[in-house]
Formats: sequence, C-alpha cells, structure tokens
Amino acid sequence: MTEPLLQMRQISKSYEGTRALRGVDFSAVAGEVHAIVGENGAGKSTLVKILSGAVRRDSGEILLDGRPVEINSPFDAHHQGIRAVYQEFSLVPHLSVTENILMGQMPVTRGGWLDWNAAHRRAQAVLEEIGFYGINVRTPVSRLSVPHQQMVEIAKALLATPRILILDEPSAVLSQEEVTRLFHLIIRLKQQSTLVLYISHRLEEVFEVADRITVLKDGELVGTVRSEESNQTQLIRMMVGRTLEEIYPQRRSQAGEEVLRVHQLSRDGVFENVSFSLKRGEVLGMFGLVGSGRTQVARCLFGADQPTSGQIFLHGQPFRPKTPRDAVEAGIAFLTEDRKRNGLVMTCSIRDNISLASLSRMSRWGVLSRRQQDQQVLAKVRELDIRPPQLQRLVRQLSGGNQQKVVLAKWLLVRADVLILDEPTRGVDVATKVEIYQIIRDLAERGVAILLISSEMPEILGMSDRVLVMREGHVAGEFSQEQATEEGLLALAAVGSQVA
Amino acid sequence: MRNVTQTSPSRVASLKERLRAGGSSRRLYETLRHHWADYGVIVAFIVLVIITASTSDVFFTERNISNLLRQIVPNGLISLGMLVVILTGGIDLSVGSIVALAGILSAGLQDDIPLALAILIALAAGVVAGAVNGVLIARFKLAPFIVTLATLGAIRGLVYVYSDTPQSPTNPAFRRILGGSVGGIAGSLAVATVIMVICYPIIWFFLNRTSAGRAIFAIGGNEEAVRLAGINVERHILAAYIISGLCSAMAGVLLAARLGIAQPSLGSGYELDAIAAAVIGGAILGGGGGSVPGTFGGVLVLGLINNLLNLYNVQSYYQQILKGVIIVFAVLARRKQQ
Repeated sequence: MTEPLLQMRQISKSYEGTRALRGVDFSAVAGEVHAIVGENGAGKSTLVKILSGAVRRDSGEILLDGRPVEINSPFDAHHQGIRAVYQEFSLVPHLSVTENILMGQMPVTRGGWLDWNAAHRRAQAVLEEIGFYGINVRTPVSRLSVPHQQMVEIAKALLATPRILILDEPSAVLSQEEVTRLFHLIIRLKQQSTLVLYISHRLEEVFEVADRITVLKDGELVGTVRSEESNQTQLIRMMVGRTLEEIYPQRRSQAGEEVLRVHQLSRDGVFENVSFSLKRGEVLGMFGLVGSGRTQVARCLFGADQPTSGQIFLHGQPFRPKTPRDAVEAGIAFLTEDRKRNGLVMTCSIRDNISLASLSRMSRWGVLSRRQQDQQVLAKVRELDIRPPQLQRLVRQLSGGNQQKVVLAKWLLVRADVLILDEPTRGVDVATKVEIYQIIRDLAERGVAILLISSEMPEILGMSDRVLVMREGHVAGEFSQEQATEEGLLALAAVGSQVA
Repeated sequence: MRNVTQTSPSRVASLKERLRAGGSSRRLYETLRHHWADYGVIVAFIVLVIITASTSDVFFTERNISNLLRQIVPNGLISLGMLVVILTGGIDLSVGSIVALAGILSAGLQDDIPLALAILIALAAGVVAGAVNGVLIARFKLAPFIVTLATLGAIRGLVYVYSDTPQSPTNPAFRRILGGSVGGIAGSLAVATVIMVICYPIIWFFLNRTSAGRAIFAIGGNEEAVRLAGINVERHILAAYIISGLCSAMAGVLLAARLGIAQPSLGSGYELDAIAAAVIGGAILGGGGGSVPGTFGGVLVLGLINNLLNLYNVQSYYQQILKGVIIVFAVLARRKQQ
C-alpha cells in the first residue's frame, strides 16, 4: 500500500475527567473512503474533531504525508486542506446561502465593494457542481429545510477540493435520494484523490460507501477491516464487545391493566391521528427516524406542547395537561432526548438536579427540608451508582453516563406511573447502557408503564414488549415482541419508499 | 404518595461519614477551587483594608467606619435584588429609577398621610414596578435587558411627573428613625445598616433553603429543564423581579431618610454598581452562578474603594476607572477558574 496521507499516533483526550480517547493510532490513504464506526460515546467525533482542529488533543501527534503537522485550530486544519462537516451545523442562520458558502472569501469588485452577482453565481456553481439543485442561494439559511442546510454545509466544505474531507453523520438528516447524490459526490472526490473520513452508525451505508472501516470502542481502537472482507455481524461484535444477550436483561414482567391511552392525537403539521395504549409493567418501544414525530407526541403527553385534537386518557380518565407541571402531578415523567439542552442544569449540583422535580414534596411551606432532600437524593445516587457520589458536585463535571443517570434519578424520585424515555442511552458508554437497561426492566417489574423512544434498533428490539413504528407523523404500524425484526421495523420507518 | 424507599437517617449519616473519609483533603481542595470567586473577593477586601489602614490614620476611626457602613446601604440592598434577578438569567436596569420613585414618594407623601403609610406606599410602588418588569419578561417573553431599559426610562419619567423639584420629608420622625443610629454599645451604627445586614441572611435562606430559591438558581442554568421538571418558571421569574423592586424601594426610602431630601434624579446609574457588586461577588451574567456572601463582598469592596479614594481626595473620575478595572479582573479570575 502507498504511504498513508494521514497518520494519527497515540491520540488521547479527556473531557473533565472522562477519557474520550486513549492512545488511538489511526491511518488512512489518499483517495480512500474510510469509515469510522462505534457506539455513541466511542470517541468517533472526538477523533475527527481533533483532526479538524475543533478539539485540542491532550497528547499524540498528527502526520500528513509522513510529516508531523501542528493542528491546534480549525484555521490550521483549513490551511492543511482539511475540511469537516459536523453533525451540528456551523452555519450563520440569518445570512444567505451565498454568504455561508463563501464565508471569508466573498468576491470584491475593484472598488472594494462586495460583488454580489459574482458571489451568487459562484455559490450556485458550487452547489450544482456537487449535484445539489433547487436551493436559492439568496435565501437566508434559517429558511431552508434541514436537509438543504446539510447540503449548504457540505458545499461550504467543498469550495476548494479538500485533501481530507470529514463527514460526521452526514446522512442522518438526508432522504434516500439525497444520500444517493452524496455518495456520487464522494466517489467523485475519491477520484480526485481526496481522503474521505465517513462517520455513521448506519452500517448498511458504511458497507456501501467505504473502502475500509475502523472501529472504535470506549475511546480505544478495536481494529480496521476492509469492507469487502467483513460483514455487519462482525462489525457489531467489534463495536459492542459482547453479544446482545449479555446487554438486555430478561423480561419477567407481565403487562397489567391499561394506564395510558392516546386516541387520534394530532398536532398540526407535526403528527396526526396517533393512537396507542400503554399498560402497567410494559415497555412500549417507539421507533422511527429522526423527524418522524416521536418526541413531539411525547411532549404533548407531557404538557410541554399542546395537541390540536384528539384525546389522552390516564387511568381511564380524560387527561389534557396544560403544562409539564400538570403532567408531573398526574404521575408522568419525561426523560428528554437532549440532556444538555433540556434535561440537566449543568451549573447546578447533583443534589439540585436530582431533586428538581420533587422540590415541593421535600419542603413544607416552601422551606426545604435538607435532611429529607439529602436522604432521598443519596438513596437514588446509591441505587443508580452515580459517581462520584458527592451531592455537591456540579453535573457538568460528570461523565456522560453519570449525567444520564442523574436525569434518570430525577425522574425516579418522582415515582411516576408513566415514564417516557426519549433516547435514554444516547451518548453513554456500554457499561452504563447495560445498567440503564436493567433499571428500565426493574421499573417495569415494579409496575411502571414505560414508553421507550429510540432510534437505536438493537435497543428497541432488546427492550420492548411491543413496538410502535412512526413515520412522518403517523403510526405506521405495531409489532409484538415476537414479530419485530430489524428489517420489518426499518421497512416501515423508512421515509417515502421501502428500503431494499 | 408515601415515601416507599425510606432510608434510615443513621445509614445516611454513616454513608456521609464514609464519603468524607474518602479524601477529605481532596474535598477541601475541591471546595477551595469551587469557591475561589468568593474567597477572591475576601482577599481583595483584606488587601484593601490593609492598604488603607496602613496609610491613613482616619480610616479606622469610628466615624469613618460608620460612614462607610452607612454609604454602602443603598448598593447593598439593590445588589441583593440584582443578584436574585441575575441568578434567573436576567438583569434589572430599572433599579435606579425605582430608588427615585420610592424615595420621592416616601418623602412627598408623608406631608398628607401618616409616615408608616407613606413608607408602605413607597415600598408597594417598588413591588408594582418589579411586578411590571416580571410580567413583561416572564409572561410576554420579552428580553430582560429591553424591558428594564424601557422601565428605567418610564419610571424615571413618572418620578418627574410626580415632582420635578426635590421633595423634603416633613415628618421629623422619618429622619430621626430611619436616618438615625442604633444607640447603646453599637454606638453610631446606622439603622439603615442594620436593616441592610438583616436582609442578607433572609435572601440567603430564601435562595438556599426554599424550593423557590433552588428553582431560581436552576432557572438561570437551564430554564427549559426546569420547566420540564414541572416547575412554574414564570412565577419564579416574576418573584425575582418583585424582590429586586422591593430591595430597590427599600434603598430609596432609606436614602431619602439619610439625605433628608429626595431629588427626582436620585439613584441614577445605581444599576451599574449593583451589577458590578454581584459580578465581583461571582455572579455570572446570563445566569447559572452567584452567591449572597459573594455579593456582600462585592458591595464591601466597591464601598471601600469609594471610601479609600475619598479619604485621599481622589477625584471620583478615577474611582470609576478603578471600578472598571476591578470588574474586568473579577470576571477574568472567574474565567480562569473554569
């Protein structure tokens, strides 16, 4: 094989005490599509962010064409011809598509004025060259759909042909057809001997587009395989490090009487005629692609949003929460998808966060009983094995797994009858995942009705007693545990057409 | 619902013991690191006192100390309210105008109605002004900066409408009691100082030991998370602005009593000193940090600077420059700590 274009040696990185990467050695050659896969929290994003200068490594070195280079900022990376498209967009919402694509490189006339006509032509040309049509370059980015924003983001990275292009979950928000166009683009870049680093958790996609695949697990490199010599089963074993039977606890609970019934619930433009029921001691999985309306249904059940029509019955009684407060008082808990954005108060302590939803129960005449608070919080900290077990510790100093346990502890303390879990294991390590699955199972056995929303297929299949599939705001179908298969769920969930 | 998972107090205590035993020196270090900002203020305070005491023989006189403690009262009260507002992630620019409103009402009304009632109305005016801020911010989701900038102007206008000339308090009891001193061993300790000092533990207790206080802390860190925890965020934000309005009104009344006159321009620019005191004391603009002891330290440091430079007859322009420098350093120190 030719000399690698990129070598990363012994790369390590820690965030606030959590090791994200330990001594990773990684290399890739020019003109190759190299996929990086791994579970959430495996360190994929951190690795490529170190390469693109968005994150600083703690130790290790980066070599391009065999020569060590210093990459300490995105500017350094640009200078070396490294461009990145991240999961989170780096677009300026109120500026036009043109300005975003040409940022820092807007053409000027001889008099020093911005040459808008030339700019728009240039931006248009970049978009069309890479096969993205139908975007008006004069509109502000904030008015574009999410897939179109993703295209603008990609176009921005391709203003000049990069030596290394990093694509971090680029397909997550694209439709099937758009993904196909993206793949054509990747093949063209390959021919121009660009190295494409492709991060994705969709394994089918990875096998379709990548030449080689590197697997990361818990911040360490597990191995690199050639895609034609490997298969999904091998890759999953490498990613997870154990078989599915070891991860998901045995089901023992029996579903009891109906606790929650949703009848023809709709919210204009978001979801429509959603009906299902949830029983005591049952885990109902809700599967669907991003944007299928799962979270929005949950928000309406919780009073965070208002449905436009339909009914909710709680213990057989009509129930229409106006605010989350109503829902909490009625015994519903909602663990939200994005713990940083709306689950945790990062600037507050473990104690404050865990007791947040139970403050009124811990106080009399509004005065907190510190003794009660500490007792109850400490009991949960021990039950969930939150580390370190220091109540005063700020949650932003905890690892992702422990942060997620804090959110979970907050809702366990409420002792709800209905627990809605929206992506409860996102961004946590495998060990914590297993613990969280065990907790979910235990809760179900104690009679809690659980609605488990997840985009992780193995999680849905391993945990659910029943599975509800959502697609484009509708319930596309329902499976019993025995009927549910990976292919069946995906076929129903996929947008537009049945996937091959 | 009854508490099912009762943990016995003794078990909790023994666990606490073990936690403490497992790395007490580390804990101390963590605590120190965590509270750097609070201690930073104390260090600044001590340094200032030493400098002043060693260079001026007037500083440690009873007269000067009691003067100093009297002078910091308005900012001491306003900063306390400001802290509560900043903790929610907001800001209250209207405090100076509320000081004037309460000051001029308490001084002007006592001619016609009983003194106690006049003071009550002045304080109520502060509560109402705070409530207006709070409703516009919490209920109508307007930016705190804009809302309180608007009320800063509007309330000042209202004050001039009420009286464009200074109001002199006519009831002698007003000056004698609220502007006077506590007798006995405390000597010349001002009544106003005592009132301010009492407010600090009250607000500390409110913020740290009540469910509403903890919610206010949390709102500044992540409003949406608090809302989704089933807490009425609007009500808590409203409460914060009412507290700020009330604190400012108290400052206005006490100021009028001390000065013996209430100018319609009373309290202009006070919002800056209050924000500065809170920030020096570790508050983070935008929410998510700040403490009552820290704010008290900030008030003292600012008061000392004024006092010190006055003793040396330094022009007040230099005081402003020095204050600016100190604020920047306080914020930089915090940044470094993180």
